[in-house]
Amino acid sequence: MSTLPFEHLEHVYEYLAEAIDRAGRDNEALFLAKLALALANEVGDLDTVQRCMAMAEKDLTRAATTHATR
Amino acid sequence: MRPAGRGPLDSLYFHYPTFAAPRAPELDGLNQRHPVVIVGAGPIGLTAALTLAQYGVRSVVLERKDTFNDGSRAICIARPSMQILQRIGAVEPFLAKALGWRYGRSYFRGAQIYRLEMLHSEHEKYLPMYNLQQQYIEQYLYDAAAQSPLIDVRWQSDVVGIEAGSDSVALQVASPPGAYTLEADYVLAADGARSPLRSKLGLRLSGDNYEGNYVIADIRMDHDFPTERRAFFEPASNSDGTVLIHKQPDNIWRIDYQLRDGENADDAIKEAEIRRRVQAIVADIGHRGSWELEWWSIYTANTLLLDDYAHGRVFFVGDSAHIVPIFGVRGLNNGLADACNIGWKLAYVLAGAADAHLLDSYSPERRGATLDVFANATKSTRFMTPPTRGWALARQAALSLAISHEFTRSLANPRQMQPYSYAESPLTDRSASGQDFSAGPAPGTVALDAKLADSTHLLDHVGTGFTGLLFLNGQATDEQKQALQKLHQRDPRFTALIVTTEVIARPPAAFHDTIHDAGGAVASLYGASAGTVYLLRPDLHVVGRWLNFDHDAILQALQTCLGRTTL
Repeated sequence: MSTLPFEHLEHVYEYLAEAIDRAGRDNEALFLAKLALALANEVGDLDTVQRCMAMAEKDLTRAATTHATR
Repeated sequence: MRPAGRGPLDSLYFHYPTFAAPRAPELDGLNQRHPVVIVGAGPIGLTAALTLAQYGVRSVVLERKDTFNDGSRAICIARPSMQILQRIGAVEPFLAKALGWRYGRSYFRGAQIYRLEMLHSEHEKYLPMYNLQQQYIEQYLYDAAAQSPLIDVRWQSDVVGIEAGSDSVALQVASPPGAYTLEADYVLAADGARSPLRSKLGLRLSGDNYEGNYVIADIRMDHDFPTERRAFFEPASNSDGTVLIHKQPDNIWRIDYQLRDGENADDAIKEAEIRRRVQAIVADIGHRGSWELEWWSIYTANTLLLDDYAHGRVFFVGDSAHIVPIFGVRGLNNGLADACNIGWKLAYVLAGAADAHLLDSYSPERRGATLDVFANATKSTRFMTPPTRGWALARQAALSLAISHEFTRSLANPRQMQPYSYAESPLTDRSASGQDFSAGPAPGTVALDAKLADSTHLLDHVGTGFTGLLFLNGQATDEQKQALQKLHQRDPRFTALIVTTEVIARPPAAFHDTIHDAGGAVASLYGASAGTVYLLRPDLHVVGRWLNFDHDAILQALQTCLGRTTL
């Protein structure tokens, strides 16, 4: 599995924030869902995509937040 | 602000002295022209005065108030600032009182997601950061200034007018014993973020204001936790906002908390509201005992600076020149570097040891440092106080992933202590020789410290002038001795530090100091071999470096700094 260098992750973080703002509140969920499908197509591997979906589904709400202390 | 029933200076732990207004000699007809007048006796003004005094330059410091700052304000002193304090002879009380630290923790909804560990090595003399309330910083600097016969601090002395001429500057001063005019060769405006001098000269800061208010509250409590920076994102106690906690001396804790979007700032700073919010936060971090409220303030992040820090013979230093967001702890630290930078340059020019053009490098060098801080601060401020829905959502996603995954954790790095380089400065040697090295500080960056066999540190041995580090395996050659002699002729304050693997019984000249580097640790830190030279400025930034000894190039680099065209 390849990972993104931190500087690139920082850029992704910034692009993402700005793109969500451009999409606007009404369309932000649609934008993010489309982004997920587009990235999945680029990744080209079902197992990886399913693993990422599980990652994203975790810790969504305060109540569900893992209280692990490292 | 302080709790009801307590005056602005009624602190739980700090006794504020009241300084009388001196009767200025000018009121009795003694009209002398002063080489430097500094407006503002805050940390930056006093550091400038102490820097000048290191060079024998007299200064008058004018301060409107009759005592130190009313709150703890800037509390983080970074390692390079400790080096500055050492060089102005004031560091001891700081080391005795301040709390040094190098670690931090960030939490998201109660789970620790990031461990901050600031760069540190066995070679460093000082820790990356020290916490100390600003009034102590001012007191220790004032104590040092009061010891110096060259520094004349005049409290309760307000500058009410300024005439900035091409040959001199005239300041109209109002003080209880009377009003008078001060003539100065140069003026340093260290009069703070709201700088009256800046307004009087018709200058304006430009830049950006960020959304989001933070309340800063100091409390006294017995709370058992090491000195670390703690950041809490969406804690139960302030679920929409961020909380920061820093430990200060005297059992004082700094609690910063972000207000909700649209929350009324006037209501948020009422005492009852402060107590309610602080109580929730201290309960959340597990403090069950009592606590006392000491002082609070409100804060909004800005990135603002002057287009030019120089206005004729007036130089802006510290917050009068630039306002940076607090998250990078670069307000005080950047200001101290300003004071150090203009201090040695003015001293050289006033002594006739350098051409007045040297002063032209102050604004680009220090403005560059501020713009660099802005670039980092913009990133950390966007993370600390997301300006829009998009930034808020991106942060929430990163923090939520960070609970279980490493890859987003570094986004929570507060980006403090980014060292700045004067690589683009006209004083820096930009020739290819600086690139020949496999290690060591590049031209423009600050010299590295190194612990020596006798427990002193390399940078303890530099003087007030330029310093040449010459790395050798034995004695200096005649050519090398001759070149060092020439450097000393051109800068009478020049110090040659001969770093050698062999023991040399006697330094060859008075301005030489020998560093015994038996195991070659210093040489390897500097990527040096026999004959390598580093030339350092008085503020310890590297002018240039030459892997192989180059007589003419070294002399030329020094002459360029001093504004001279000949070797």
